[in-house]
Amino acid sequence: MEPEDSANSELSEPIPDTSRDQGAPAVGLNLKLKELVFDGDTILTDLDLTLSPGKITCLLGPSGVGKSSILKILASFLPPPESSFLVTTDGDPLKGRISYMDQQDLLLPWATVLDNLLIGDRLRGDTPDTARAMALLDQVGLTKWRDARPDALSGGMRQRVALARSLMEEAPVVLMDEPFSALDAITKYHLQALAARMLAGRTVLLITHDPMEALRLGHVIHVLSGHPARLSLPLTPAGAIPRDPSDDALQRLYSEIMTRLAGEPVDA
Amino acid sequence: MKLLRILITVGGLILIWESLTALLDLPKFMLPSPLVVAEALYSHAGLIAENALTTLIEILVGLFLGLVFGMVSAVLISAYRPVKQWVFPLLIASQAIPVFAIAPLLVLWLGYGLAPKIVMSLLIIYFPVTVGFLDGLNRTHPAWLNLAALLQQSGRRRRLRNTLNLYRYIKIPFALPSLASGIRVAAAIAPIGAIVGEWVGASSGLGYLMLHANARVQTDLMFASLLVLTVMALLLYYLIDHGLRLALPWLADQTDLHSQQRSL
Repeated sequence: MEPEDSANSELSEPIPDTSRDQGAPAVGLNLKLKELVFDGDTILTDLDLTLSPGKITCLLGPSGVGKSSILKILASFLPPPESSFLVTTDGDPLKGRISYMDQQDLLLPWATVLDNLLIGDRLRGDTPDTARAMALLDQVGLTKWRDARPDALSGGMRQRVALARSLMEEAPVVLMDEPFSALDAITKYHLQALAARMLAGRTVLLITHDPMEALRLGHVIHVLSGHPARLSLPLTPAGAIPRDPSDDALQRLYSEIMTRLAGEPVDA
Repeated sequence: MKLLRILITVGGLILIWESLTALLDLPKFMLPSPLVVAEALYSHAGLIAENALTTLIEILVGLFLGLVFGMVSAVLISAYRPVKQWVFPLLIASQAIPVFAIAPLLVLWLGYGLAPKIVMSLLIIYFPVTVGFLDGLNRTHPAWLNLAALLQQSGRRRRLRNTLNLYRYIKIPFALPSLASGIRVAAAIAPIGAIVGEWVGASSGLGYLMLHANARVQTDLMFASLLVLTVMALLLYYLIDHGLRLALPWLADQTDLHSQQRSL
């Protein structure tokens, strides 16, 4: 793994805008959970979730339905429940190939923007890859803020730094837990477009409770609803992302998703 | 504005003191008037300064050693389970022994010089620093720990280095505000150790001077020494507090920031 890593970082300068480094092929995965139980309450059953390589998969559902838990199991923030089953398309373990972005930006309050991007390198004891960090900062349009502390930045800017940080590691799989839900509508709209561009080629799981966000960014959309919750059949809206929310087809899908969210699970 | 407030407070207190001595017509050896104390301060300036220097050295060395030992202990206790399980209970239990009670023992073991006073200061300072820092180290937000674990997973697996880096870049910086609280408490109580140490047995120092003056009913000299000790303790606290603020600039507006984030 190590030699490939260093080769990649050399090849990827400067980072192409639309597709990520050609070297590592995108990796997909499949997670099966028989059930998810919290405090004796079964909140989720018969989950079979596939993340297609290089695609953004959105998981949409009301709060408390267990969508964050799925992400946390993939990120191993939570121990996987018994009878869970995880495979990747290339057969290698997922560990060490994930990056993560949260609703909170999780920036280190004492460190500059640049140092926040380099924290992964520092934590691993690698030489900080300043060139890559600066290239990513350029992509999120924050070059001139490199020496600012996070408290000088707006919420949207902080989330852009967090987005750049989640791409520092060149991890093929990116897990995003409602990354834009704390932002105002316009900031969110711009950040979604930015994310769509920067995440191209990566396998992404995007957790959201906003149907329009899922429709704008998701190549594949699953709705998780009911109690215990079940995963809907995938919806695959047409068109390249980020999609235009005023599109008629999207409006139809929007109402379909709302129906699914509202109640009667549309089962297989 | 702040300076003016301080001046008014100090001036008011001196005025009350002066009028008390005048009204009650107290003898000089019971409560000397501020003027008499000022006179004593002036006439014994050399003596007081000499003894104040001894006390200052005891306080500063004790504070420094207390901080170093306290910080190292906190990191060891938080990082290694055996240390936490075996040593930490002992540390807590040791606090049940009043430091004043072991002062004579320290003098017996370490003699009449600086050493027992420094050890006294150290013993008093050690605990708030250790507990404050440890509390901070144990309360790193889980979200950051998760993120750090994920970031470290993609590297080569070296447990010791990963732990060291986790402390260096995440845990210790997040614990600094708690450490700062511990240091503030330590700075405020550091003079106690030195003075108590001097009371038990010393040949110089402000505590020694006060005890000596008291025995000879030189109450004005006692008050003058007390005044110098108070000013010294206040200055020490102020300087440390100021230094801590400068060292942790991101804390000043962090509360604003969180409210701002929520409103977005």
